Amino acid sequence: MRGSSLLTLLMLMPAPVVHADDRAALVRLVRQDCGSCHGMTLKGGLGTPLTPQALREKPVESMAATILYGRAGTPMPAWKSMLSEADAEWIAGRLQEGFPEESR
Amino acid sequence: MLTRLIGFILLLLSGCAQLPLRGTGDLGLVIERAAGRVAIVESSSNRILGRVDGLGDLSHASVVFSRDGRYAYVFGRDGGLSKIDLLRQRIERRIMQAGNSIGGAISQDGRLIVAQNYEPGGIKAFDAETLELVADVPATWGSAGQRSKVVGLADLPGQRFAYALFDAGEIRITDLSNPQQPTTQIFAAGRQPYDGLVTPDGRYYLAGLFGEDGVALLDLWQTEQGSRKILADYGRGSERLPVFKMPHLRGWAVAGRNAYLPAVGRHEVLVVDTATWQEVARIPVKGQPVFVIARPDGRQVWVNFAVPDNGWVQVIDTLSGRVATTLQPGKAVLHMEFTPRGEAVWLSARDDNKVSVFDTRNLSRTATLDAEAPSGIFFTARAARIGF
Repeated sequence: MRGSSLLTLLMLMPAPVVHADDRAALVRLVRQDCGSCHGMTLKGGLGTPLTPQALREKPVESMAATILYGRAGTPMPAWKSMLSEADAEWIAGRLQEGFPEESR
Repeated sequence: MLTRLIGFILLLLSGCAQLPLRGTGDLGLVIERAAGRVAIVESSSNRILGRVDGLGDLSHASVVFSRDGRYAYVFGRDGGLSKIDLLRQRIERRIMQAGNSIGGAISQDGRLIVAQNYEPGGIKAFDAETLELVADVPATWGSAGQRSKVVGLADLPGQRFAYALFDAGEIRITDLSNPQQPTTQIFAAGRQPYDGLVTPDGRYYLAGLFGEDGVALLDLWQTEQGSRKILADYGRGSERLPVFKMPHLRGWAVAGRNAYLPAVGRHEVLVVDTATWQEVARIPVKGQPVFVIARPDGRQVWVNFAVPDNGWVQVIDTLSGRVATTLQPGKAVLHMEFTPRGEAVWLSARDDNKVSVFDTRNLSRTATLDAEAPSGIFFTARAARIGF
């Protein structure tokens, strides 16, 4: 009972926002969570490669839109509950120039 | 302390002298994926015995064990296949077998190691002793002869292997009893199979579908009947949530006569009766399930979740059919592995750089081990199980 009302409450609350200035968190998210499909080195897996060579021709805005809204017919989900537009654009831009490594 | 010191000295000596005699039944590996390294662990005293590095890109790495439990075969994302000697704690052999790989399996007789690959799409079989290539079976499909990504590889009785083709929507069974002449059967499965499992008795192969609701089921004793769809309408009438991580399937899903399967894009575990393959329940859980793993005795089923709920783990009591306990074992819980008889479960918390050991009876933490961004945990007891 208590668990289910808590769950309802969590679902009603706005999803947590990763702030654009928290770049380390974004780098971690891309390497680790995007990496579960695209590979930690971003060379691809079930998802397409996200290397600079693979993304050279793609406009940043359309990449950011794919991140936020997903891609129908593929497993690429919409990340808009976890990422802002600024986050998505920052990620898209960095992917195109070679994504930073996580600091260990 | 003293025993640790003695253990350490023995380890040092083992480099230059005879190995101390010991079995491997309580050993295992923890993947430290970002470091390209594995930790060799021992579950009787909850400790790390040593580490082996130089294994390449270990994102989504998985492991199978030789039937004597001495060697671990580690499949890396980058196509690396490494044979590790658990006793000598070193790489015995290592090859690069593909551009992009997702895991592997070992044959019933232990002589073949088979890798499943995304790029180039297909499976490859290697001599377990030498890692020499013995068969290459491309997952070619369609009129243009394109190759599909392969998922859900599982060993079957009779030197056969079942797997699913993500792009082609098929289940295939390749018979490698004569590796020089592999033969392959093809079955239509459904849209975008994402992973598969063989039941612990080796009779049924299931492929979870991503592109539609449901699971493809193949009776391996009666393959002429073809694959059929079960749980086909589990999501009917409701919008699917974005799936931030693909769920995983394996024979651990079966507890008693029921299989506990992750619902794709829903906060539910689906329960299906393996005698009739009818849905018997849907259990609401905290997030999108990734691993749904039964304790070996089948009384509990442990569930972890995709982001943003990956700090939680829930324990289902299979008798009541409900979540009995909700735990917060650490940040980014990626994997869980039971000890062979299930008195303990090991959980990796990637963002805490910790592996925790829980007592499964009172659900208390009994040990914590340091590991760098740990992901998969694999115990040698897998060596003796069909589908592992």
